[in-house]
Amino acid sequence: MSNKPVPVIQVENLVKRYKKAKVNAVDNISFSVNQGEFFAFLGPNGAGKTTTISILTTTLAKTSGKITIAGHDLDQASKKVRQNVGIIFQNPSLDLELSAEENIRLHASLYGEYGFRPAYALMPAAYKSQVKELAELVGLENDLFKPMKTFSGGMKRKLEIVRSLMHNPQILFLDEPTSGLDPLSRNELWKYLQTVREKHGTTIFLTTHYLDEAEGADRICIVDKGRIASFGTPAEIKRTLVQDYMTIDAADRAALRAELKKLSAHFEGAGPFKVRFDGDTAQHLIQRIKTPLIHLEVRMPTLEEAYINMIAGEVI
Amino acid sequence: MKELSAIATIAYRDVLGLFRDRTRLLFSLFFSVIFISVVGGMLGQNIGHALPFDYTQFVFFGFITQMLFQGALVGLVTLIRDRESNFSQEIFIAPISRYSIILGKVLGSSITSIITVLGMVVYGLVTGIKLSWLDLAAFVPVTLAAAVMGAALGLLLIGNLKNQQTANMIFPLIIFPQTFVAGVLTPINSSSWWLSLISHIAPLTYVVDFMRNMLAFHHPAYQKLILYPMWVDMAVIAAMSVVFIVVGTWAFVRGERNR
Repeated sequence: MSNKPVPVIQVENLVKRYKKAKVNAVDNISFSVNQGEFFAFLGPNGAGKTTTISILTTTLAKTSGKITIAGHDLDQASKKVRQNVGIIFQNPSLDLELSAEENIRLHASLYGEYGFRPAYALMPAAYKSQVKELAELVGLENDLFKPMKTFSGGMKRKLEIVRSLMHNPQILFLDEPTSGLDPLSRNELWKYLQTVREKHGTTIFLTTHYLDEAEGADRICIVDKGRIASFGTPAEIKRTLVQDYMTIDAADRAALRAELKKLSAHFEGAGPFKVRFDGDTAQHLIQRIKTPLIHLEVRMPTLEEAYINMIAGEVI
Repeated sequence: MKELSAIATIAYRDVLGLFRDRTRLLFSLFFSVIFISVVGGMLGQNIGHALPFDYTQFVFFGFITQMLFQGALVGLVTLIRDRESNFSQEIFIAPISRYSIILGKVLGSSITSIITVLGMVVYGLVTGIKLSWLDLAAFVPVTLAAAVMGAALGLLLIGNLKNQQTANMIFPLIIFPQTFVAGVLTPINSSSWWLSLISHIAPLTYVVDFMRNMLAFHHPAYQKLILYPMWVDMAVIAAMSVVFIVVGTWAFVRGERNR
């Protein structure tokens, strides 16, 4: 049996130019996302993230390019594409006049999962148990019949997760799902999404400004000015864009400097010294330094540093 | 079946929204009552006695028709409100036809307009306006015609509007003149050529004329007020509605996706 990854999203030469715009918002990008993958799509404001996600979810027309989602061509079978995707929009898209359960019921009826019924009591048992199960997953089981107006930002996001999973989508698009949430709500949301992914094998396509959220992604695509600036696993991207380094200092800085030169180490600064250990390890380099150290700090760059360096156009 | 369920769902949301928004519900009922009692009463008491028919009843029928038309038209604005509150994303991402979404909105706004008119009917019965079962039966097809035509015109308008603020400015300009030129408050048989021209452009004219045609079966005095045979009114209403719905849906969906 082959373990070859199955692409569930394929984007080829995608271009989007808005009306009256002079430049492309999305400028000839191509990538693919595999089934079950956690894929992060990153970039600064105006990079083309939301434009891309809107095109992939059929709410915005592309200018050119070819897109296949869950095996369906976006131009030929947009309804089948929509049946296979769930989306949590950048701004909550809930009806605040309805209760949480009414929002879910509306979604389930629109997606044809359950026929329309004007009241929860009239819905089939399968619907009730699915709602209960998903609501328990995100901790909303006691709030289902409360008006939306009483919901906090975090609760609304959780409700959107419940709603988006009602039609068992193959792919879940998350467009900056945690923007505006406090750290606790963010943390909880990611815990629930992880559970959802493990339980349902859902492919997750994420755009976010919080780069720590993308650290756990299988692969990352960084876009800037509508083009792909970097693509790979978080480790590959970090390796390409930033280097590990350590900061060391000694009471006798002159001796330390001389020793670093003798060891042909790459360093900068007049003390403390910022020392790169290209292809080496921090431990191996430290073992060879004889000058007594008064400070040692090993820095493993985060994805955020890699991202900032890339967007700023420089490498440490 | 899936599309029908989606249409019913979208329509039900509008109806539920009306009952959840008590202010809107009460305002629409009170507005109708005030208009019929003050405007209808004032005109009826001062000029109605010279007419060969019951003027208060005449205005009552006209105003119910207009409210059905207007309610359905204004109901379509909720599509713009949904766009502004981001809820339209949830609807437009659903795997259903764009036409089902629009039909659901047309149906929903039509039903909400009927609900608000029911209050007027009760008011009419309480205040002694002569209403027979035949009158009410005649209003079944009139309700359908007014609601569909109103919603279709609303759709045509919102297809080209960017936001609710613009809609709030434009809709009164579309609705208010039609109250006078379509024959809601007065007969329009003796209008000058240019007023008559405006009347013939106004979609509400054909709905009101269709209503008078329906009622003329048992209100012979209305025979002289009718502009066209019933089949002409029906043909114009059907043609205008189809054109408005097709063009309006196309413009709205295009506006949503082609930015």
